[in-house]
Amino acid sequence: MEYILIIISAIFVNNILLSQFMGICPFLGVSNKLSTAVGMSGAVCFVITLATLVTYLFQYYVLVPLGIEFMQTIAFILIIAALVQMVEIVLKKVSPSLYQALGIFLPLITTNCAVLGVALMVVTKEFSYGGGEPHFFNLGESVVFAFATSLGFGLAMILFAGLREQIALNKVPEAFKGIPIALVTASILAMAFMGFSGLV
Amino acid sequence: MGKIQLITKGFVKENPTFSLLLGMCPTLATTTSAINGMSMGLATLFVLVLSNMAISATAPYIPDKVRIPAYIVIIAAFVTILQFVMQAFTPDIYETLGLFIPLIVVNCIVLGRAEAFANKNSVVDSACDGLGIGIGFTFALTLLGLVREILGSGSAFGWKFIGGDGILVFVLAPGAFMALAYLIVLFKKVTAKKGE
Repeated sequence: MEYILIIISAIFVNNILLSQFMGICPFLGVSNKLSTAVGMSGAVCFVITLATLVTYLFQYYVLVPLGIEFMQTIAFILIIAALVQMVEIVLKKVSPSLYQALGIFLPLITTNCAVLGVALMVVTKEFSYGGGEPHFFNLGESVVFAFATSLGFGLAMILFAGLREQIALNKVPEAFKGIPIALVTASILAMAFMGFSGLV
Repeated sequence: MGKIQLITKGFVKENPTFSLLLGMCPTLATTTSAINGMSMGLATLFVLVLSNMAISATAPYIPDKVRIPAYIVIIAAFVTILQFVMQAFTPDIYETLGLFIPLIVVNCIVLGRAEAFANKNSVVDSACDGLGIGIGFTFALTLLGLVREILGSGSAFGWKFIGGDGILVFVLAPGAFMALAYLIVLFKKVTAKKGE
């Protein structure tokens, strides 16, 4: 039951893009076309889940036993950077077609704050669902949370790209061209997502 | 370019938020009030100046191929120092800004200045550049925070001048996008007039 609540909360209620503001750079940067938005979401989904798994294990089996939790920020960003490099190399060898689809987005993901954000969130924040006691996530919950969060990222990204494709065909006032109209669109999308609040 | 110009260019010409559109995540997330926005700006300024200086000093010794990971480590080190300093002296602000303090590591402004300026200029110039861009960022965040605070809760820098609740949506997520969109448009108009 708690897993279902985690998934619904991460995708709709606390959407990482529209209510927590993490990963806004790719959200504004590569949402011009639906196909690139899908590619980016796929790559982010893959990296967030993997990175959270690895950093979670690193936190509880290396940093905590050694008593150096303050090294979190440095350790996590290095792990993520290394992981992204490795994923790129493995993907190139194992599945060239997937590499073709995701390839150009992978280097960008290191500096996507959603990845570091989720990795830090699961080890520093206490969560509570359905009126339960606030507690730190265990490994299973962390991975489910990370995966659901990245699905939320993908959902918002794809919706937003679809909207932007339509807006590009319309007449927009000169001063609003480009980023400002995209931000106004994002604002309305965020308002729509506010309708989900209170669901969990 | 003179030192003064290096410091002032971050205000308008190369304002990281309004004209370069970098570092959007903290810009939107932490500007629920003017004080919060300013704190986030100053925290970034701290990291920006120190990492710019350190990168400028070490750049000749870092092999070109591993420069980006090396910069990230240097930036992460200063962010960790910042976390300690804030925990010690301003625990309230540290609590409010929360996750966005460690996330300065992945703020594109900091890495952007390292790559575009600090690695090919002197230590003093890099410090001035970091200071200038940092001040521009702080200015933008304070302004956005102020607008959202006035509209959303009827107060400015915590000083309440209208009774009641204000337009609550401006404190929440949609208001952040909306307020930033209109500020960018305003900024574009003002700078376009200046250019004529």
